[in-house]
Amino acid sequence: MLDNIKDFASDFFVTGDPLIYGADVAIVLTMIAVVTALTYFKKWKWLWQDWITSVDHKKIGIMYVIASLLMLFRGGMDALLMRTQLAVPNMEFLSPEHYNAIFTTHGVIMILFMAMPLMFGLFNLVIPLQIGARDVAYPFLNSLSFWLFFFGAMLFNVSFVIGGSPDAGWLSYPPLSELSHSPGVGQDFYIWGIQISGIGSLMTGINFIVTILKMRAPGMKLMKMPMFTWSVLSSCLTIILAFPILTVTLALLFIDRYLGAHFFTLDSGGNPMMYINLIWMWGHPEVYIVVLPAFGIFSEIAATFSKKRLFGYKSMVFALMSISLFSFFTWAHHFFTMGSGADVNAFFAITTMLIAIPTGVKVFNWLFTMFRGKLSFPTPMMWMLGFIPCFVVGGMTGVLLSVAPADFQFHNSYFLIAHFHQVLIGGVAFGYFAGLYYWWPKVFGFKLNEKIGKWAFWLWNIGFYVCFMPQYFLGLMGMTRRVSSYGWDKGWYELNLTSTIGGFLMGIGFLFQVWQILHSIKFMEKDTTGDPWGGRTLEWSIPSPAPMYNFATVPRVSEKDAWWEEKQRIAQGLAPTPKPQLEPIHMPKNSGIPFIMSACFFVAGFGFVFDWLWMAIPGLVGVAACMLYHSFNYNTDYYIPVDEIKRTEAAAGRAV
Amino acid sequence: MAQSGNHSVANPAGHDEHEGHHDLEALRMMGFWIFLITDCILFGTLFATYVVLHNNTAGGPTGAELFEMPGVIAETFILLTSSFTSGLAVLSMNRGDRKGLIGWLIVTALLGASFITLEITEFVKLVHEGAAISTSGSWSAFYTLVGTHGLHVSVGLVWMISIMLQLGRHGITSVTRRKVNIISLYWHFLDVVWIFVFTIVYMMGVM
Amino acid sequence: MLSMAPSGIMLTGRRCRVMARSKKMGEMEMVKGLRRLATVLSLTAMAVLMTGCSDKLVVLNPKGEIGKQQLDLIVISSLLCLVVLVPVLVLTFYIVWRYRHKPGQSAKSAKYDPTWEHSTKLEAIWWGIPIVIIAILAVVTVKYSYKLEPSKPLEHEAKPIVIQVTSLDWKWLFQYPEQGIASVNYLQFPDNVPIEFRLTSDAPMNSFWIPQLGGQIYTMSGMEMKLNLIADEPGSYMGMGANFSGKDFGKMNFTAKATSQEEFDDWVKQVKGSSPALTKEGYEQLALPGVSEVETFSSIPEGLFEQIVHKYGEHQHGSGSSEHQHGSNTEHAASGTSGSMDGMTAEEMEAMNHEGHANHE
Repeated sequence: MLDNIKDFASDFFVTGDPLIYGADVAIVLTMIAVVTALTYFKKWKWLWQDWITSVDHKKIGIMYVIASLLMLFRGGMDALLMRTQLAVPNMEFLSPEHYNAIFTTHGVIMILFMAMPLMFGLFNLVIPLQIGARDVAYPFLNSLSFWLFFFGAMLFNVSFVIGGSPDAGWLSYPPLSELSHSPGVGQDFYIWGIQISGIGSLMTGINFIVTILKMRAPGMKLMKMPMFTWSVLSSCLTIILAFPILTVTLALLFIDRYLGAHFFTLDSGGNPMMYINLIWMWGHPEVYIVVLPAFGIFSEIAATFSKKRLFGYKSMVFALMSISLFSFFTWAHHFFTMGSGADVNAFFAITTMLIAIPTGVKVFNWLFTMFRGKLSFPTPMMWMLGFIPCFVVGGMTGVLLSVAPADFQFHNSYFLIAHFHQVLIGGVAFGYFAGLYYWWPKVFGFKLNEKIGKWAFWLWNIGFYVCFMPQYFLGLMGMTRRVSSYGWDKGWYELNLTSTIGGFLMGIGFLFQVWQILHSIKFMEKDTTGDPWGGRTLEWSIPSPAPMYNFATVPRVSEKDAWWEEKQRIAQGLAPTPKPQLEPIHMPKNSGIPFIMSACFFVAGFGFVFDWLWMAIPGLVGVAACMLYHSFNYNTDYYIPVDEIKRTEAAAGRAV
Repeated sequence: MAQSGNHSVANPAGHDEHEGHHDLEALRMMGFWIFLITDCILFGTLFATYVVLHNNTAGGPTGAELFEMPGVIAETFILLTSSFTSGLAVLSMNRGDRKGLIGWLIVTALLGASFITLEITEFVKLVHEGAAISTSGSWSAFYTLVGTHGLHVSVGLVWMISIMLQLGRHGITSVTRRKVNIISLYWHFLDVVWIFVFTIVYMMGVM
Repeated sequence: MLSMAPSGIMLTGRRCRVMARSKKMGEMEMVKGLRRLATVLSLTAMAVLMTGCSDKLVVLNPKGEIGKQQLDLIVISSLLCLVVLVPVLVLTFYIVWRYRHKPGQSAKSAKYDPTWEHSTKLEAIWWGIPIVIIAILAVVTVKYSYKLEPSKPLEHEAKPIVIQVTSLDWKWLFQYPEQGIASVNYLQFPDNVPIEFRLTSDAPMNSFWIPQLGGQIYTMSGMEMKLNLIADEPGSYMGMGANFSGKDFGKMNFTAKATSQEEFDDWVKQVKGSSPALTKEGYEQLALPGVSEVETFSSIPEGLFEQIVHKYGEHQHGSGSSEHQHGSNTEHAASGTSGSMDGMTAEEMEAMNHEGHANHE
């Protein structure tokens, strides 16, 4: 009996590596600490009522941001482990198996569990406020999306200590990811973790499309929307068209592994190349999904800190939409070397280059937004200015990669690695950081310390170039991605060491950001104006943090940059736009269903991973029960009375 | 993915006496249309997979050898009829006739259930004849595509039953009206998908 | 229906292309000039960036015609990109500097125009310039795509040497069908003779790359890919498996040695004289997962490479039966397998096979 348990445990838990034991201990200690703290301070009820069951977009946004920063920490740790392993030749810090697992989880976590939720967090925090809405179109669905992401991410991360991590690359190409070559449960964790959170992403896409199209303040025509809202719309349109492909692709891989089907196997008529096509038909649009909102953020920031209108609004909108569209016709540039022939390669090379045109136009428009402006440089603007050169260089190396016959020499090398980190860090990460710094005071009601923030900015920026510029040259030296060690004879030593130093500089930059947040909480510099940056759009017209109903009265909009124009009118001594009478506000009730339902999904996923139907089936039944329960529940909303609105507004220093 | 569809309709509702509610229901209708777009892409991907793999039989049986068209044609007629009866249900609802509405929904659900029964019978028979999901790429694609449609129909059945119960409890309100409209839309959508399944998988398979 | 697109698009690209090459003199001159420019540019850049590293930058230091043409293309596209990159960077620094807010000296400070938001002329310029540059780049890319199509035989007076490449779990097997020898993780061939690599895999997909000779190509089970390269001068070139294929893929390095024809013949003789034979059982052993040292074999089993291709190939060909009716010579297998890429129906495949035959006859 005891032996049986021992056997089971040694299979079930990941063993044999001191790093993992260390992580186990850290995880257990953290969990004990969290549980103790919640119990000691009697915060369980608060956690459940105010957060877990909340359908308020602002709270959901905050939870997204916290979760994604934790994931950034984990993905970043993975990155630093890899850079340590590569710092010097013949390093024996990580075994090849461990290295393979780490680059796989690094990629998955950074794209799907860091970039995506941070992006959704910003959608949630900003979009309803920016369009003058009281919430998103489907608050319940929004909460469900978050919890599906959360439990999907947890399921993926659990593989670190239970069962073993996936190790077939972040896109898990078959046949390597098939049962024949990856018999462990890591791949199943990969499939279910991404699948569960992917359903959440798809629902968020639908949610925000309807929110933006249907819930704008009266008078805000489409062509008067803030640019961030436009970028979210284009990103969400891309999500709804791309994510179903991911769902199908992963489902087919699962059916292969679980039911012995032959979609992508080597034998019995499977076709692994079909997977590579399908996954990139999602994967390429995916990178635009994450970068488009960053473009929107930069547009807002450029205009605000130049104290000037955004230049070329129509061009910007057209560029966003054409990037969304073109992103669906470039997927094959990820495998020019698959021997598809010159016709195919030429076609995809050209579609890829075409995307550079609208992207380039956006850069010029940002520059000319600043031209004849009055520029100030607080942290959000610093990230914006760090972004432009970084992204332009990264975009240019992307154009180099798109030249199909030349790509035969770049593909799979560190040149490629350097390129996509430059656009994903320089574009996406810098963009989301800029957004977080910019909207932080709106969300939390206090500003972040500027001085520490600038330290963090410079560490990240310098660290970035030190880390990734050498990698372009490593690529030209023939260093291929995903190698876990190399010999002295290759001559890759100096550049790799430099790159590792850069990686750690970025790590220190992250620590500075953490310190910045803690420091700013301690020495809180409250924002009482609600408009600390001299903002232009509606979110700055209300108190910080926004009251739970956002707008006491729904604003009327007549032009772009509605809040800026209103301020201009008031400064000229004109009367402010009259506000309508207060009325009771219709609000959705909190619900525990999204959390419970997602937890059931987690249980089902876990059951499928280990092929435990006794666990998977009850999980699925739980999901169905939650859906039915919710469908039968007609008591889901309430009204905030006028008195309470008056009290809340008065407390925020607003006359009503 | 059916879950998300279920959810875009299963959202907070209630209080139809208040103004502004009509908007909320319209909002949910729109969300469902967008969900249908994503479902189209889902089926599109599965069809593409089927088209790519349908000849990869690895020396095993082919669809042309095993498909039995009479059963398939019966399935097709049953599903088409159920689409028609779900339309009749909506017409009854628009007349304010709750009994007629529930009656037609019951007919629709029964037809749906017989479609599923026939499909399962067909699958079982195929497996006995040596064409399981693990037989070859071709059969993997077949079962996944047709099975996904079948799963959609099954989810639709459960959902339809739950809506009938809600109609019994609340009568025809703006909320239940929207729910009936959505399930009917969903049902027509599955019908259209089936026409593609019938044409691409069965007709072109035996031709 | 987006997802339906690849099969259609892929189809067109798969035709076996045996096109005559024409090279005008003027073009040659231009290419030479560019190449000189490339050398100068890359050397200057390197000299500044890291003294003494330039010979390590293997991609920029090609020793074969294909690699050299790819370098030309890299240089052309880099220059075109720099045309945009440099002005943008200069403009960024200029604008940020010029329009920074200087509270004390507002009178002298730069113009502030908060409502200036549109200029058709300016926007036309920055829609126009990228369009022109991308158009030029697109023309160049398309031209080179056909010119450097890896399956296209090189134009050369010497008869090409055929080398059959198989990627295994985690080693490379090279077979020389004409010489009747084989080697593992070591490649030798005469310089100035075109090499026709035929590639497949008996393991998860990998990618065969010798940077100094030219770009890489995937090796995939069930199909035979082609890559034509040539070495212009003798030397030992770094070769590797570039695509992740599991645990020890990082150890799939090999040396590709170009020698004179005589030295190559000597090597073949020596291998024939002193190495063991590769048997089918020996191959089975070799194919098991694991790493390997350099090995050589004095003989190879008849048709081993074709068997490896067909081991997975049969089912890749859709109905498969049509294949057998045609009989199976290598050439056919080549056109058939490279045609089975993806998304093909039996009919399409059938049509292709016929086309392939027409080309060969």
